[in-house]
Amino acid sequence: MKKKKHEKLFHMVKRDDISTSVRVAIKLGAIVIALVLCAVITTVATGYNPVEVFFSFIDGAFGSSRKIWITMQDTAILLLISIALTPAFRMRFWNIGGEGQILMGGLGAAFVMMNFGESLPSGVVMLLMIVSSIFLGALWGFIPAICKAKWNTNETLSTLMLNYIATQLVAFFIVYKVPSGSAVIGIINQKTRAGWMPELFGSKYMLTILIAVILTISLYFYVNNSKQGYELRVVGESEKTAQYVGIKVGWVIVRTMIISGALCGLVGLLLVGSKDHTITTTITRGLGFTAIMVSWMAKFNPFIMIPASLLIVFMNKGANNMASAVGLNESFGEILLGIILFFIIGSEFFVNYKIAIKKDRKKNNSEKSENKGLTDVSKNKYEKY
Amino acid sequence: MEKRIEAVKMQKITKNFGQVVANKDVNLTVYKGEILSLLGENGSGKTTLMNMLSGIYFPDSGEIFVNGREVTIGSPKDAFDLGIGMVHQHFKLVDVLTAAENIILGQKGKLDLRAAKEKIAEICNRYGFVVDPDKKIYNMSVSEKQTVEIVKVLYRGVDILILDEPTAVLTPQETEKLFHVMRNMKADGKSIVIITHKLNEVQEISDRVAILRSGEYIGELITAKTNPQEMTNMMVGRQVVLNIEREEPVNPKPRIRVEGLNIVDIEGISKVKDVSFTMNSGEILGVAGISGCGQKELLEAIAGLQPVVSGSVKYIEDDGTEAELIGMDPRKIQEKGVALSFVPEDRLGMGLVGNMDITDNMMLRTFREGKKLFTDKRKPAETAKDIVDTLKVKTPGLETPVRKLSGGNVQKVLVGREISNAPKVLMTAYAVRGLDINSSYLIYDLINEQKREGVAVLFVGEDLDVLLQISDRILVLCDGEVSGIVDGRTTDKNTVGLMMTSLQKSDQVYEKI
Repeated sequence: MKKKKHEKLFHMVKRDDISTSVRVAIKLGAIVIALVLCAVITTVATGYNPVEVFFSFIDGAFGSSRKIWITMQDTAILLLISIALTPAFRMRFWNIGGEGQILMGGLGAAFVMMNFGESLPSGVVMLLMIVSSIFLGALWGFIPAICKAKWNTNETLSTLMLNYIATQLVAFFIVYKVPSGSAVIGIINQKTRAGWMPELFGSKYMLTILIAVILTISLYFYVNNSKQGYELRVVGESEKTAQYVGIKVGWVIVRTMIISGALCGLVGLLLVGSKDHTITTTITRGLGFTAIMVSWMAKFNPFIMIPASLLIVFMNKGANNMASAVGLNESFGEILLGIILFFIIGSEFFVNYKIAIKKDRKKNNSEKSENKGLTDVSKNKYEKY
Repeated sequence: MEKRIEAVKMQKITKNFGQVVANKDVNLTVYKGEILSLLGENGSGKTTLMNMLSGIYFPDSGEIFVNGREVTIGSPKDAFDLGIGMVHQHFKLVDVLTAAENIILGQKGKLDLRAAKEKIAEICNRYGFVVDPDKKIYNMSVSEKQTVEIVKVLYRGVDILILDEPTAVLTPQETEKLFHVMRNMKADGKSIVIITHKLNEVQEISDRVAILRSGEYIGELITAKTNPQEMTNMMVGRQVVLNIEREEPVNPKPRIRVEGLNIVDIEGISKVKDVSFTMNSGEILGVAGISGCGQKELLEAIAGLQPVVSGSVKYIEDDGTEAELIGMDPRKIQEKGVALSFVPEDRLGMGLVGNMDITDNMMLRTFREGKKLFTDKRKPAETAKDIVDTLKVKTPGLETPVRKLSGGNVQKVLVGREISNAPKVLMTAYAVRGLDINSSYLIYDLINEQKREGVAVLFVGEDLDVLLQISDRILVLCDGEVSGIVDGRTTDKNTVGLMMTSLQKSDQVYEKI
């Protein structure tokens, strides 16, 4: 009790409810602060005018109509993967095997294109591609799910391991097809275009975008309004409750992961059949992991994933453009992306908590004058932010 | 009581959580060497108030005096420095450490386990605790863990001890032991604040009662000069009838027949041994027993959640046709047309989904209805509104996640849902655990109403007084076996209490605390 009296300057108070406008304001504020910080760092580190750098970002993503199309297509692909992971995440099944599931889907499509592209009519080829890629993606979702359902294995480990297996399978496929030389599968069926997904409305980007739009809407309603969606949410919240009302937990896990894997497989099909027309072990470019972040940032709401994935694609494109335009290393763009994400995710804290600053009669000299009236009324007043 | 020394004085304490006023201008004084009961309904701000004393929360306004000096308590450490310690309802122990390690955790200075153990032994001797300092927490029973928590607080040299619902998890025998220790501490000059809902315990242990209602301080009573009725009225704010009615069962017919049921848990320990009984329609069959004596397994077996080794559970229709329930899961039982409702012990972990709102929780039982691909939210929303209105559930809205509701309101939602689909059989496990008087009597009324409508009710309880008042017959379990079925109207507390322990070595019970 000899301790001298001390007051905490501020402490955290959990928020009960928060209006949408405050939430949006906090998020926007975070982005503004992040951008200012990025500007300062850019100037200090490189000496370039930050405004110039930001313009080269915008130019990179939206500089020409082709760039806009590519940005939209890439956004659509990232969005699709994020959506594919969402049912699993809502079930609290941490599927970090998106990479593997996409690769397997791509492998299925490439296999059909290369083996049957010349011999079967193009309609049949496409049908086979769709079936095989969706099947392989679903299989890659099914394996960790059945292990979890039967033996309660940890899905983060099994899905991650399956990524490596998928990568090796693709590598094996490439070496098998191109045994000597470059060991690169070039553009598949460049002349015949067999198995190339059709262009819609005269644009080869349109198919992916359209599928993304349809699936975003469907998945939203599947997870939030369908009976199966309800089941998977109950399983995610509490397996005991699920059993208590007679939901077959194991079956729900398997079913949901088949859907999640199948959708990833579909992305593999789009990558191989519509976007790249080739297959490599790095065709996913880590999007299977980036999508995890998008899904979380959007709090598993498919519609919010649209701006979230657009932001990330925009930052990536911009960073690449800046790198070449002003001769900076590409990593610099990633540093900036990291700063922005840090602020956006970190601002979540201020959505959940507010900071109450303690004002004491004796030590509020530094406080602004309008607060004095308040603090005089009672010694222990707080102003809430 | 003539010359009372103020140990703690809280003045005009106010605490808000967003829009919710948890405490408003509360004045509370704790004197040296007394046991003070803090009484109030669920959500009346008892725990919040005590959390501010122990440094978990910080008051929005108001002053706290300890031994006559104004203090600022900004953290649990500040509280310990002032000699204030709290034992929370949910224990804060590290499972993989031993009792001694948990007790010295966070202490400054050199790590000297031997000296610590000596000091622990000294504390135990002085007050009559039994603690094995080398026992790991995960090997301990609930009451052993609680003892460790109390010793941990005393180890830090606490003079003012706060116990938040310490008896909610204890058997009557363990409670008796705890009270014994509390009296020793009081004799040693320590002040104790105990938060509890059980009025008989208030009368037994405390010197004074302070009552809160909706966050406000209502008044204090000298325990010796008051009675449960007066305390209840002050707590609730109006006259409450403390009577559970018990009508004669009308036209009882066998509804569920359990025969030779045996259940073994995952570790191979026999939980239910050769249990047989019959539940009748329009009758409340009480189940008495020390907690963990097979009640949970028995109920879950009937509900289709627990695999059994042998035995049968027959559902008997009005016309006498029988159906075997063993081997069916809850969904099959439901599809078979057996209207079986079950209010499990673990409300938020099993009966409800904490993160879903009231409407979504209503759908749990009925969402499969209909052939459509999508869920129909209209009917569950109506049921939810109905329950909120008729049972007076305090909630900001139907969209509020149920975990945000207070314990009593969570239970109202759960019981409300379970009786909303017109059950034939209703099983409840510790239906009023943690609930205040008002909510408890509402639940009793609901159960009695079901009985009147001809439902066969299985009522697992821990409060013998209530069991004796509400049950038509009482099934007494002891260590997984039926030690007898007695008539609720003619038996008494002693008989049932003896039957609860008759198969067990009596010293084993006392060893626990």
